[in-house]
Amino acid sequence: MNQLLQTMADSTSQSQQQVRTVALIGPPNSGKTTLFNRLTKLRQKVGNYPGITVEQHTGVMALSGREITIIDLPGVYSLNPHSEDERVAVSVLNGSMDGVPRPEAILLVLDATNLTRHLTLAAPVIALGLPTLALLNMGDLLAGRGGSIDTVKLAGELGVPVAIVSATEGTGLDAVGRFLQQANEPVQMTLPVVQDVRECRRWAAHIARESAYRAPLPPAWTRRIDDVFLHKVWGPLVFVIVVGAVFQTVFGLGQPLSNALQNLLAEMGQKVAPFIANDFLRSLLLDGIWKGVSSVLVFLPQILVLFLFIGLLEDSGYLARAALIADRTMHSVGLNGKAFIPLLSAYACAVPAIMASRTIENKRDRLATILIAPFMTCSARLPIYTLLIAAFIPERPVVGVLLGTRALAMLLLYVLGFAAAIGTAKVLKSSVLKSTSAPFVLELPEYRWPTLRSIGLRLTDRGSVFLQQAGTVILCISLFVWGLTNLPLHQGQPPELEKSVVARLGHFIEPVIRPLGFNWKIGVGLLTSVVAREVMVGTLGTLYGRDPETRSMSLQAALQHDLTFSGAMALLVFFAFAMQCTSTLAVVRRETNSWKWPVIQFIYMTGIAFLGAFLVNHALSALN
Amino acid sequence: MQVRLSDLKLGETAVIEEVALPESERQLLMRFGFQDGAEVRCSRRAPLGDPIVYSLDGSEIALRVETACQILGARVESRPITDYSE
Ligand SMILES: Nc1nc2c(ncn2[C@@H]2O[C@H](COP(=O)(O)OP(=O)(O)OP(=O)(O)O)[C@@H](O)[C@H]2O)c(=O)[nH]1
Ligand SMILES: [Mg+2]
Repeated sequence: MNQLLQTMADSTSQSQQQVRTVALIGPPNSGKTTLFNRLTKLRQKVGNYPGITVEQHTGVMALSGREITIIDLPGVYSLNPHSEDERVAVSVLNGSMDGVPRPEAILLVLDATNLTRHLTLAAPVIALGLPTLALLNMGDLLAGRGGSIDTVKLAGELGVPVAIVSATEGTGLDAVGRFLQQANEPVQMTLPVVQDVRECRRWAAHIARESAYRAPLPPAWTRRIDDVFLHKVWGPLVFVIVVGAVFQTVFGLGQPLSNALQNLLAEMGQKVAPFIANDFLRSLLLDGIWKGVSSVLVFLPQILVLFLFIGLLEDSGYLARAALIADRTMHSVGLNGKAFIPLLSAYACAVPAIMASRTIENKRDRLATILIAPFMTCSARLPIYTLLIAAFIPERPVVGVLLGTRALAMLLLYVLGFAAAIGTAKVLKSSVLKSTSAPFVLELPEYRWPTLRSIGLRLTDRGSVFLQQAGTVILCISLFVWGLTNLPLHQGQPPELEKSVVARLGHFIEPVIRPLGFNWKIGVGLLTSVVAREVMVGTLGTLYGRDPETRSMSLQAALQHDLTFSGAMALLVFFAFAMQCTSTLAVVRRETNSWKWPVIQFIYMTGIAFLGAFLVNHALSALN
Repeated sequence: MQVRLSDLKLGETAVIEEVALPESERQLLMRFGFQDGAEVRCSRRAPLGDPIVYSLDGSEIALRVETACQILGARVESRPITDYSE
């Protein structure tokens, strides 16, 4: 390999032009982003299923004093795009993407354990005529399972240098540096007619044979695990147990941690209080900011537990199996099974989920997926869910230690969101968005061990996003709400809470929300939660902190004091359905290229939320 | 004798002879290797029988029955599908 690069470099070393921009291209799930992160030391999202990267990312790699721009692209099977993410990759390659420099060289990333198929992409990519380095990634797996290839022969066949690498282990990557130092145009080779997939495949099989490619043994563990996970009986059972375990852990592990954190934060507030002499300042800092921000901060443990599970599912490869098991449901509402993957990622957050819908080939299916994704229970709903459930639902075992009433309530809320998504999809797909779907083709990646590093990075990234949000948006809104509780000033003194501007505002909207079982404080919380769902908790923290009656209580106790059981359940249902997230609205606008859909979505979801909360409140009050 | 891929029993292998689908769908399937001459093994079914997972070229790819029944092939004696070296 080294020799080969050397000879190729020697022959043309005079005609070097320096490469400044290089693009990573390759089939989905071949490890492009893992490699990108290695080269640029960035942390773009990696996971073990096809279609994670859906837009281009650029980063800089330092190479002996020079800076080279590296562009990570969505995975493509050919240069003939079928879906939006593939279109992005192809337009970046052609230099027709606004704001992205045209690549001057290419790193072609292929999965070495799947080379016969992945080489199909080599023909059209090499035919672009740019300096190209073919990286056979997952070299660790190739060697580990007894596969092999003659890279010198392969380089000869392809007319471009070839290196075996492992992006996760970082082996073989010096080849990238050497290539970028002295990138050469491909040697003229006879390539197949690159538009014809069949021709390309035949060519790929031929090349693989000529370079003595021996495919590694099939991943025995993956087969064995799938014997269980996709088993007629065990498969769905495992699915249910996994889901149950997630919720039980959120409560069983997350709740005690969260309570401990709450005590700690409250104590910190009390410790500091005597040192602030000025009444006004103390109220501002403690009642206004600290109560608001800390009431959201306490949910950090639950959020981390949830993301730990999401990380395990995405990194291990189980996600694709879950999509397979759930395909029947998708099928019955007329959606492509591929839509299930964006929907699953919406459990973290609707924004990346809506982006992930780019992998869906059919435009109408894609739009339907975008429209229903915000019904999926995102992590921003977790604070209000756990708060209200812990305050109003007593913990009792339902299935021994496996599942308690609280975890069950949470599970039901998730099911409710999913049902709303599926029901809406059914309506859309049988009316305005009717279409024949593109066939469902899903590749099942082999199982991989989630690494401590990747899970650790996910958690720290997620944790810091959460803290940042608490330190910015929630802080500002808490401060704003606190300000309103102190207006209008009466002879230099703040008014009683009931006479403040915020109470007047609350009482003004109260007629609308009273039928749902909410009081004015909840109403103000709902208004602020349009910015983002977790803001609700911050606002309530501030409002109850300003109220002399509830000042010394925890937020949980204050809510118990102030809200009926039916009102609390209605509020849960409201949050399950309502669209309270400006970032989601913004991304829907961007992805659908019009205001029409986000507006319709907002009205529709809020309408359902009102109706649902109204019915629950009345049904439960009638029962009592 | 021709069989639909969806009629293959678990563990049976067929060589594809015809993909009876519209051109754009055929193109899409081709990228995963479903095309004339490809050797495909039925490796498992999802718990409810649909979709079906096929092995070809060393990877596992799932198709719905509605798609797999449009792909016709000839049954062959099973042999290890990972051996490309001969
Ligand atoms: N064993 C092994 N696993 C790898 C290697 N490179 C990547 N992976 C794993 O392969 C999976 C896919 O990696 P990504 O980097 O997300 O792949 P990608 O090509 O960016 O995928 P898309 O964005 O979906 O096109 C992850 O689970 C990685 O941990 C490697 O060299 N060896
Ligand atoms: Mg990627």
